[in-house]
Amino acid sequence: MGSVTEGSPVPEPTDEAVFRALADPTRRAILDALFERDGQSLGEIEGAFDMSRFGVMKHLRVLEEAGLVTTRRDGRSKLHFLNPVPIRLIHDRWIDKYTEHRVSALADLKHELEETG
Amino acid sequence: MSTMTQTTVQVYNVFIKASPEQIWDAITKPEFTSKYFYGSLVESTLEPGSPFIGWSPDHAQQWTDGEVLESDPPHKLSYTWRALYDETTAAEEPSRVTWEIAPQDGGVTKLSVVHDRLEGAPKTAENVAGGWMYILSGLKTLLETGEPLGAQG
Repeated sequence: MGSVTEGSPVPEPTDEAVFRALADPTRRAILDALFERDGQSLGEIEGAFDMSRFGVMKHLRVLEEAGLVTTRRDGRSKLHFLNPVPIRLIHDRWIDKYTEHRVSALADLKHELEETG
Repeated sequence: MSTMTQTTVQVYNVFIKASPEQIWDAITKPEFTSKYFYGSLVESTLEPGSPFIGWSPDHAQQWTDGEVLESDPPHKLSYTWRALYDETTAAEEPSRVTWEIAPQDGGVTKLSVVHDRLEGAPKTAENVAGGWMYILSGLKTLLETGEPLGAQG
């Protein structure tokens, strides 16, 4: 595996980029796919979605710019890894700080209603 | 050709408004690790081949075990790692943790953690996945605000 820090400096992703990336259902589904199995090639991700290679690449670029997906070379293939740290930062910065108790109570309620409903 | 095998590499990145030296200290000195790494105290001379140990906050229990593989301050630190705090993970093969520190423009440093060689440590892989997020977020907060995560509220 090559170095993750190789290449030119990359800008720090902004919160806006993270929210924008998360606003799209396909991109969220790509993150879920990487959560299920991390370190997938473009071909593998493409295979799981009914979408052109170009479409998948476009989504991956938005996710990379938001810092939610990071890539490493493994031999000849470029593998994509989920980097959930920006989501955690948003959680710590926003949810934790202001509303964790309320949000978790509502999440519990939603969970309960969906389970029983 | 990749196959549908279990994930054996995890990669995490975070950008921190701090110098590479500050980040290096935060990773290698117990007075820092105690503030973001589940309270644990790191102990290592950082010489390749020497132990890399994590102690419980009261120093009574050894939580993690390992050996330094590569130390290039303040750019790269790599060591083997085994979690002793859980019977299952303690029985697994040691994995490898690598910290890579790369300065960017504007006083920002990119910190990457690669946790790999997890082939013989599936339970460890499962355990640490959420942990690294928490640790890196806490490290960023500590270096940028001078206080541990949650201490501001």
